[in-house]
Amino acid sequence: MQMTMIEAINSALALELERDTRVVLFGEDIGTNGGVFRVTEHLQEKFGETRVFDTPLAESGIIGTAIGMAVYGLRPVAEIQFAGFLYLCINQLVSQAARMRYRSAGAFTCPLVVRAPYGGGVRTPEMHSDSLEGVFLQTPGLKVVIPSNPYDAKGLLASAVADPDPVLFLENIKLYRSFRQETPEEHYTIPLGRAKLVQEGTDVSIFAYGAMVNVALEGAKKAQQEAGTSCEVIDLRTVWPLDEEAIISSVEKTGRAVVVHESPRAGGIGAEITAIINEKCLYSLLKPVGRVTGYDTPFPVPGVEDYYLPTPGKVLAALREVMEP
Amino acid sequence: MTTQQVDSGLVPYQILNAEGKLVGEPPDLSSERMLALYRYMQLGRAFSNKIIALQRQGRATTFGSLVGQEATAVGLAAPLQPQDWLATSYREIASLIVKGVPLSTLVYSFRGMTPADWPAESRCLPYQIVIGTQMLHAVGLGMAAKITGDPVVSVGVCGDGATSEGDFNEALNFAGVFQAPVVLVVQNNGWAISVPRRKQSAATSFASRGVGFGLPAHLVDGNDILAVYDVMSKAVEHARTGQGPALIETLTYRIGAHTTADDPTRYRDPVEVEAWQRKDPIARFQRFLLERDLLNEAGIEKMLADIEIEINQAVEVAENTPDMAPDSFFDYMSAELTPRLREQRADLLRHAREK
Repeated sequence: MQMTMIEAINSALALELERDTRVVLFGEDIGTNGGVFRVTEHLQEKFGETRVFDTPLAESGIIGTAIGMAVYGLRPVAEIQFAGFLYLCINQLVSQAARMRYRSAGAFTCPLVVRAPYGGGVRTPEMHSDSLEGVFLQTPGLKVVIPSNPYDAKGLLASAVADPDPVLFLENIKLYRSFRQETPEEHYTIPLGRAKLVQEGTDVSIFAYGAMVNVALEGAKKAQQEAGTSCEVIDLRTVWPLDEEAIISSVEKTGRAVVVHESPRAGGIGAEITAIINEKCLYSLLKPVGRVTGYDTPFPVPGVEDYYLPTPGKVLAALREVMEP
Repeated sequence: MTTQQVDSGLVPYQILNAEGKLVGEPPDLSSERMLALYRYMQLGRAFSNKIIALQRQGRATTFGSLVGQEATAVGLAAPLQPQDWLATSYREIASLIVKGVPLSTLVYSFRGMTPADWPAESRCLPYQIVIGTQMLHAVGLGMAAKITGDPVVSVGVCGDGATSEGDFNEALNFAGVFQAPVVLVVQNNGWAISVPRRKQSAATSFASRGVGFGLPAHLVDGNDILAVYDVMSKAVEHARTGQGPALIETLTYRIGAHTTADDPTRYRDPVEVEAWQRKDPIARFQRFLLERDLLNEAGIEKMLADIEIEINQAVEVAENTPDMAPDSFFDYMSAELTPRLREQRADLLRHAREK
């Protein structure tokens, strides 16, 4: 069936609610309203107010109570309305959820999923567009998953719900309705921690995720047309922990690498990928790793956000640089 | 201004006054049960003092004394059933003991180790470090019990300082909105490290906050074991039978320092401490038990000697339990280790051998 990412995520949530009575969904406006983006539309009607419910407007409260529910034995799937509001629950997510297994030596675990829309390019108000995944690279025990298309979103979300540990599932707002893709109606999973080879190539490896996968593909197409550059595009899908094997084997093959993400550059996913390349396959590298990222500035107001975001043109410029002889 | 303020409209519930005289209707407890509560209070105090002594000898890490707060710590945990949950701060060690966490497990944790045998079946979360955070966990546990329809109650405990945290207020709000079977206890011991209670809130009681969140609230003499037990057991059964959550403030006092790393003489008038020592929760209950011939001096001596043996045995077990392995912090961080973490673990072990 042709589905948008919204429909694919809705379908995944409906299947999880159906398959496992331990699954509960909650967050701000997710019940009657079906979520501000309608991701949870009709789920309360189908599964009742006990399993799909609105919470008071309190992000730390949402994650803090989700921890209690997860420890109890439920499988909570909490929604934070926008990833920019995740800062309000950093303690609960980082120091509590991600450390429950460790602090109790395995006596208690915290299998919960936190879903949050993120990303720029759709003219949302301030603080609604930030990409926070880089913040969570130093959160041992937490996985961060970011799908780039409806098919992956559905399969990755099913895996996130089944995962025995907490998963932060970030959904790119721009991708929510931008295209449809053939997506099975039934349940399936895509393993966490595994990148996907989107396009094979021999000259340069491009690492991207979320909305940046399409930006990377477009940049790659331009480079192919302009200079015949053969780009390998890898969709990371899980940004933490990274699929190091996929990164290393691709760079060993191509000898060049460009990373693309819309979160800030400093200490981000791209920085970590560059460090992995330095540690594991530096001698395969013909040129320094290129980084096409958001700037180390606040995510700007809607009027100028397009200047902040990576574009196919910026990717092309980075590809030209790494392809220089 | 004193550090303990009581709303004129809210009189602390008391059954035993500071002299150990009955001033209210005691809960229906057998003599054995009352003696058990008394013993837990003595055990909690002796245990706390023992860990502080171990810390002074370099055998334990930083520890927060619970002396003076035994009635609240024991009274809030004693009415719980095995299936009930308890989320505490680091101050309520006696509550964990009552709920079934072994002494040796606790001693091992105060050696600066993660006990491998934290009993999941005790349904006690590991004691919380970040102030106020555990109150939301307690509410979430209660919400889960309600969702699943289990006759399970959850209790969250924090101190007066925690009431200033957002999480505390969010916890009260979620408890009320979802009518979760949870009892939230504020153990008001007068001090948050060096900051007196009056600097946490202009309100004259924390219990009065229940009104703002739509929760029934109770103010209790926290040094009166019978009052704490009575109010807690009623609130717990109220919650268990689907009648919703409650907020309880217990008025007590931190006789000791905040932790072994703190010096309260820098900020606290000893006159205030002496005044509270006269309201000692153990002495008060002891007087009551002696007067009723449920206890005698010889019995107390025997009990204290037994407690000392019990604690020393626990210390021995904990000290004979091997230190955690150098690479143990890779265990339990997630269900599975990634290749990267396996590599880091191997790196640690290589260097651990090299020194």
